[in-house]
Amino acid sequence: MKRYIAKRIVYLVLTLFIITTATFFLMKNLPGTPFDEEKLALLTQDQRDQIYASYGLDKPVIVQYVNYIGNIVQGDLGTSIYYTGQDVKDIIVDRIYPSALVGLQAILLGTVIGLILGVLAAYRHNSGWDYAAMIVSVLGVSIPNFVLAALLQYYIGLKWGILPVAFWESYDSSVLPSVALSFGVIAIIARFVRTEMLEVLQQDYIVTAKAKGLGQMAILSRHAVRNSLIPVITILGPIVVNLLTGSLVIENIFGIPGIGSLFVDSIKTNDYATIMGVTIFYSAFYVVVMLLVDILYSLVDPRIRLGSGRE
Amino acid sequence: MANPTDSLDPLFVPVRRENGEQERISRPALSAFQDSWRRLRQNKAAVISLILLGIMIVLAIVGPWLTKYSYAQTNYSAVYQSPSADHWFGTDKFGRDQWARIWQGTRISLLIAVLAAALDLVVGVAYGAISALKGGKVDNVMQRIIEILIGVPSLIIIILLMMIMKANIFTIMVAMSITGWVGMARLVRAQILKLKQQEFVLAARTLGTSNTQIIFKHLIPNTIGMIVINTMFTIPSAIFTEAFLSFIGLGLQSPQASLGVLIHDGFQTLSSHFYLLLFPALVIVVIMVAFNILGDGLRDALDPRMRK
Repeated sequence: MKRYIAKRIVYLVLTLFIITTATFFLMKNLPGTPFDEEKLALLTQDQRDQIYASYGLDKPVIVQYVNYIGNIVQGDLGTSIYYTGQDVKDIIVDRIYPSALVGLQAILLGTVIGLILGVLAAYRHNSGWDYAAMIVSVLGVSIPNFVLAALLQYYIGLKWGILPVAFWESYDSSVLPSVALSFGVIAIIARFVRTEMLEVLQQDYIVTAKAKGLGQMAILSRHAVRNSLIPVITILGPIVVNLLTGSLVIENIFGIPGIGSLFVDSIKTNDYATIMGVTIFYSAFYVVVMLLVDILYSLVDPRIRLGSGRE
Repeated sequence: MANPTDSLDPLFVPVRRENGEQERISRPALSAFQDSWRRLRQNKAAVISLILLGIMIVLAIVGPWLTKYSYAQTNYSAVYQSPSADHWFGTDKFGRDQWARIWQGTRISLLIAVLAAALDLVVGVAYGAISALKGGKVDNVMQRIIEILIGVPSLIIIILLMMIMKANIFTIMVAMSITGWVGMARLVRAQILKLKQQEFVLAARTLGTSNTQIIFKHLIPNTIGMIVINTMFTIPSAIFTEAFLSFIGLGLQSPQASLGVLIHDGFQTLSSHFYLLLFPALVIVVIMVAFNILGDGLRDALDPRMRK
């Protein structure tokens, strides 16, 4: 186990290094410059050189790269150009809260509703409940989240005026985006729990529980649901990917000052240090979550021994 | 020797037995493909999805020709028209016919999906198969590469690539196929490794079947079902990725029409001209739902053991 985790961490660092390197050189090929071209044209050549030098952009790309990696190792993500003078690390930290709030609410809402739907569907297999749950899960996977978000915005925000449509003003602003994001989660979890639970309901220990006269509810809550929940950890990976992708559009649509909108904006403004910073942040978050999911899985279900296949 | 019936009760008449009655095959033999097709046809939802997809493909091909307007032709005297007999789905802010644009967009979206699936199919299957068949050092190196790639959040790479290369179909396709094939490669490798251990392959080897024969007669036919199923799920995710990129403004741009571009444009005028968002959104949802249900149906039909 320890050996496996150590091996995974080596890969994790290697992956991050490759992503950082690839992004750095790709980014340098972005068309345009991070500066306002019109204002730049008004300056003298000397002033322009000075601006470039202050961001270290006058040196050859390879030197910039070495400097950048050196800074990252020391935990310095550089200075933003678009948000003049602000530290990229601070910008990212400022923006974590809205993204995390919306993301966590989406996970919570999605898991609860998904679980209920999945359990109902399996318990009342081939009934109306089952079909309803399956329709919801197919729609949840199929409807692009930005279409859903647009529809929510139109009906709930504009037509009926129940909740704020956009901008990050109060807690209410986080409701619609969370709902829009949660649909994908509902779909993934409902479908998965249904499949797992159908299998669990056929196990011998369920028959035994019935035979010894345990009530329906007790069988469900004590045996069936608990045992179907373990494998849900395996789909945390796809769920996190779903949320990360979703956050890019959802934050854009609802005007949430989060990491997703920061990423899209920084690309559009060629803000080199911010692009790098957010890419590294996203990638690190992603690989760490994936590693945690694998470790968690082996902890919950002792039958799974990590890395026992080889070595 | 006396007739054996003589010794029996004369009322006891032996039944004449039809020759070969027991050996008769009561139903026509079905190939694996016919059998799967039979199972798929029993799945109502899958059949409906297949028909819907057929309609969508036909409309994508002939749709733009059914109206006299072209998808890029602007008309400033007819902007923001509601759906009418002349413009079936209305017109957008430049007076372009929405019907023509939607089916042109469907063409693009389907084209991207098919190309991405094809690339995934070629690269993923070849990579997985080579890795599994060669084994040893080759497999080791190839698997290390995959382990690194699997850690890369593909969306970020796609977005960065989209920035650098020109925003056209080809770029979207290349960007998606850089990481898109990894899942397929892993599945194919696992499947072939499993098959290689099975008795029928051992039997074939014992009978002196050549390696090429084993690959083409045993390994590939037994992997095809899984490949088809996986491709069916690649297609909707490719359609989604294109629409997603165009929606956040990094994919195709107007006046080009893809479903993503149309949804993006429709979203801009959401509050005043809802129909501009509604129709392209409906088309993409129908396509995605149909592909997902068909994929589920195919999984049940091609591999009955996986049926739940």
